[in-house]
Amino acid sequence: MVTPVYDTQHIHRLLEAVSDPEIPVLSVNDLGIIRDIQINGHQVEVVITPTYSGCPAMDMIAESIQSYLHSCGYNEVKVTTVLSPAWTTDWMTETGKRKLETYGIAPPNRITRDSDAPKKCPRCGSTDTRVISQFGSTACKALYQCNECMEPFDYFKCH
Amino acid sequence: MKNQSNSTVPFILYLADNNLILAQRNSEWCGHGPVLEQDIAITNITLDLIGQARMLYQLAADHINRQNGNQDATEDTLAYLRNEREFSNVLMVELPKGHWGFTVLRQYLFSEFQYLLYRHLSAHADEPLSAIAIKSLKEVTYHVQWSREWVLRLGDGTSESHQKMADAVQDIWMYTGELFQAAPFEDAAVLQSIHTEWKQRISETLEEATLIVPEKVFMQQGGKQGIHTEHLGYMLAEMQYLQRMHPNATW
Repeated sequence: MVTPVYDTQHIHRLLEAVSDPEIPVLSVNDLGIIRDIQINGHQVEVVITPTYSGCPAMDMIAESIQSYLHSCGYNEVKVTTVLSPAWTTDWMTETGKRKLETYGIAPPNRITRDSDAPKKCPRCGSTDTRVISQFGSTACKALYQCNECMEPFDYFKCH
Repeated sequence: MKNQSNSTVPFILYLADNNLILAQRNSEWCGHGPVLEQDIAITNITLDLIGQARMLYQLAADHINRQNGNQDATEDTLAYLRNEREFSNVLMVELPKGHWGFTVLRQYLFSEFQYLLYRHLSAHADEPLSAIAIKSLKEVTYHVQWSREWVLRLGDGTSESHQKMADAVQDIWMYTGELFQAAPFEDAAVLQSIHTEWKQRISETLEEATLIVPEKVFMQQGGKQGIHTEHLGYMLAEMQYLQRMHPNATW
């Protein structure tokens, strides 16, 4: 059994091991959904914010955080959800964006306040891409195709 | 809204019911969309709507429990254990899904309304409600974009798609008035200003889609008072069956 350290930064680092079930290369830290960690004696409260309101991964993420921290020796773990301020892809870490790209998903790329599009095809690097559908395999992604290598790819939408 | 204490819960339930019923209707497309990408798109929109409905029901439940001094109300009791007459959604969202053109047109008309309403609610005094509105606004922005593109594509498409869209506009128009008829739990002035902007946005889109905005027509209403079309009862019977048949069953 590991001895739990009751320190917020330590717990925050531990959460690096908890990943998004839909996009396993991203940790909950990369996603930017950990809003706060509160320690009260031996009680740990992790505050998360949902990416999309209907995202089915959120329940699973909350469970993963709880069970992972349990396995690290923290017996009293509570995961709570806050809505405000609303999650934005701007909170995704630079490391997270690089991981996404390597994984084959174009990271969020804001062009103006209200418009966004992938910078380049995550496979061949061409900037010549087109949108196939604003909605991809999960709520957070859109489906694009590269006009150069013709490969379809997922784009993590700005939110 | 108008009277904070009396109208808060009915207003939140109204918002939640609109979302849930439209989501349940749209979910009938799951596995039946015209092409895979669009099947995924409409079900993703549906997921957003259900997510928003859940947050709203939970907020309403919190208010109800505080008033009653117990913990009886939950998002599930509000969705699964209320009868048809207790649902206050507008009639528009309970209408059968119709063809693809009808579905995307309804989504568009409703999403534009929802966009304007959420934008207004973003500054609402009820902090949890404004948080939900801000969160949802981001999602609805996509719904407007997507459904608008479909209205343009089908309206200004082939002669067959154009005719189907023109008919769909005629069929649905009498259900649009209700959105802006203030119920006692709504603020009439706010609705009026939303109506003006909504009409302008819709007119621009329909015009671009070579469709005609109907002149003044008779407007159907009743949903906000719990007087529904026959379609809602069938939907609830199916949706609530499990909880009614096996009370408190859990997944």
